[in-house]
Amino acid sequence: MFKSKHLLGIKELSPDEINHILDTSSGFRDVLRRDIKKVPPLRGKTVISLFFEPSTRTRTSFALAAKRLSADDVNFSVTSSSVVKGESIQDTALTIQALGADFVVIRHKSSGVPHILSKILNASVVNAGDGANEHPTQALLDLFTIRSHKKKFKGLTVSIIGDIAHSRVAKSNIYGLTKLGAHVRVICPPTLMPAEIDKMGVEVFHSIDKGVRNADVLMTLRLQLERQSTGFLPSLREYFKLYGLTQERLGLAKKNAIVMHPGPMNRGVEIASDVADGPQSVILEQVTNGIAVRMAVLYLLAGVKK
Amino acid sequence: MKLVIKNGRVIDPSQNIDGYKDIYVEKGKIQGLYAQGKAPKASKIIDASKCIVIPGLVDMHVHLREPGFEHKETIQSGTTAAARGGFTSVCCMPNTNPVNDTISVTEFIIDRARKVGSCTVFPIAAITKGQMGEELTELEALMKAGCIAFSDDGRPVANSLIMRRALEYSKIFNVPIISHCEDAQLSEGGVMNEGLVSTIVGLQGIPKAAEEIMVARDLALCELTGGRLHIAHVSTKGSVNMIRNAKARGVNVTAETCPHYFSIHDESLISYDTNLKVNPPIRTAEDMAGIKEGVKDGTIDVIATDHAPHHIDDKNIEFDAAAFGISGLETAFALSYHLVTENVIDLRRLITMMSLTPCKLLNISKGTLSEGADADITVINTEKTFKVDAAKFQSKGRNTPFNKWVLKGTVEHTVSMGRVFDWS
Repeated sequence: MFKSKHLLGIKELSPDEINHILDTSSGFRDVLRRDIKKVPPLRGKTVISLFFEPSTRTRTSFALAAKRLSADDVNFSVTSSSVVKGESIQDTALTIQALGADFVVIRHKSSGVPHILSKILNASVVNAGDGANEHPTQALLDLFTIRSHKKKFKGLTVSIIGDIAHSRVAKSNIYGLTKLGAHVRVICPPTLMPAEIDKMGVEVFHSIDKGVRNADVLMTLRLQLERQSTGFLPSLREYFKLYGLTQERLGLAKKNAIVMHPGPMNRGVEIASDVADGPQSVILEQVTNGIAVRMAVLYLLAGVKK
Repeated sequence: MKLVIKNGRVIDPSQNIDGYKDIYVEKGKIQGLYAQGKAPKASKIIDASKCIVIPGLVDMHVHLREPGFEHKETIQSGTTAAARGGFTSVCCMPNTNPVNDTISVTEFIIDRARKVGSCTVFPIAAITKGQMGEELTELEALMKAGCIAFSDDGRPVANSLIMRRALEYSKIFNVPIISHCEDAQLSEGGVMNEGLVSTIVGLQGIPKAAEEIMVARDLALCELTGGRLHIAHVSTKGSVNMIRNAKARGVNVTAETCPHYFSIHDESLISYDTNLKVNPPIRTAEDMAGIKEGVKDGTIDVIATDHAPHHIDDKNIEFDAAAFGISGLETAFALSYHLVTENVIDLRRLITMMSLTPCKLLNISKGTLSEGADADITVINTEKTFKVDAAKFQSKGRNTPFNKWVLKGTVEHTVSMGRVFDWS
């Protein structure tokens, strides 16, 4: 089923592969509802996570996914880049492999690092976020969450609101959603819109009121607070005024629209508290689904002939 | 040593020659061109059957890294790479350590090249002390020591007033100021061309405007001062258009581009191959077409390599952290010869762009096969193909995005000041 033993991005996946991961995730989602949440398929396998950027939720989610599959899970935490540390990323990765990793789950601030490592490692490389490129398991859990509420993607309108230029979450979701037939709108100030994104098959909006109208899914993104000091925005207050997802704006979307956020949230910056905590929010569901999706990814990659 | 190069098709744009002739070389000088079989007897014979015999190529933009970065390249390895690529003269940029902003550095480079070099080296000195963009270097002393142009390559002069002064003051000596056009604030943090591909791969882009703003500024300053401006490594269609317009209204400007700007475009970056990381960045297919148009209509005067060798440790890391630069000397002719096979320019013009024109721009008495000239001669088989093998480069820098490419046009022999290199 899977062409590659690595999960580098959604960009590299076919619609069939994406659907297969989502179907497999459903099974693991059921496992997570049981009293005993552990299954044996990856017994004896080792998952090493290599995070060059701070992360709590993704790392924990991967760790739990590995444990639920009975794999050994080890965390190799490094917060500095290779340049600062004096060891090249390739050397670090080969070290991890020599430690006996079957899977290397990697996050790095520089785009393309998982791709570069996939060319030198025998272990399966799982991208847990690389620069402004992709965060494929986040998109898969978002797709899984959307599917569980909306059943199908064709005909859906998904509005992604926030710092598109710096968001690997947005990128992976754009690939996934467009591949599965959804209509994607991206909404953000022009300073945070990446070059020529309209050519990726999405509709571009600078007005949130227009961008959320009649949408089925509203996906807000985390705004890195340093965007203000680096000249992308005049102030966080103005950002919330222009792009914050408020109850009023939520009212412009379809009645049964769902609200998503990859976390961690800046309440009062990109999303109002009453929306985040409101009945249309599926934000915590996303977190739980993340474990199931990551279990599916590890499980399926383990099945690829090496 | 007495040398005869026979049976080749001799093309020398400086004398308007294109025909089958034999060349006789003695004491490092060209003694004359003869009808086939009529040259004097010699101890060394090069049979140039099926080959073109042309003036040694001249590269007006290389980085030899010595002094200071000998792990990347040395004057010895860099000039040997040049000879391997068919070049008999190279002009080296001043961004060494120490910077070539004083005669002691210039003299070191020239002396070193005479002792260990495989071709002639003409240093380019910094425009400003330490390439800091603040105070002019001593142009007269540096030229007397052997520098043939001035450039703060890689660290362009940001202050327009200093750039104005450089263009004015250099008029005393009728010497070109070579500008690496980049608005460093606009390009800051960027690692590739900004556009759809940078969005797709998630790498920070360098907009074309970062180059074009500086091209526009320098053209305005050139027009203001009447100085001699040479624009290095033109990479965008917009720059070509501006230079074309400026030339049309008589601005004293010349320009160069490099093989990588007309051989590949940014879609290759999908691979995250750090050998594609270069500054200015590989642009779009549209720019590539624009560059070719500029080469075709004469807007672009010169093909140079911007040979920028790096150690593997500077490239075998994440894309963001990798060094900018391509090791270009050993693929330059064949990549450029592609312009001839696809009818962008004819062979004679290609040879002119890679030898005679840079010599004229820099007041170098090379780029010709005329009697009495230095015996700088290159023999190339333009029908033979080869597969690029970076591991076999003479350069210490194996950083090429063209590895494994099959190219047409093999350098068979290089004669540099009468010294013969047989490559096949």
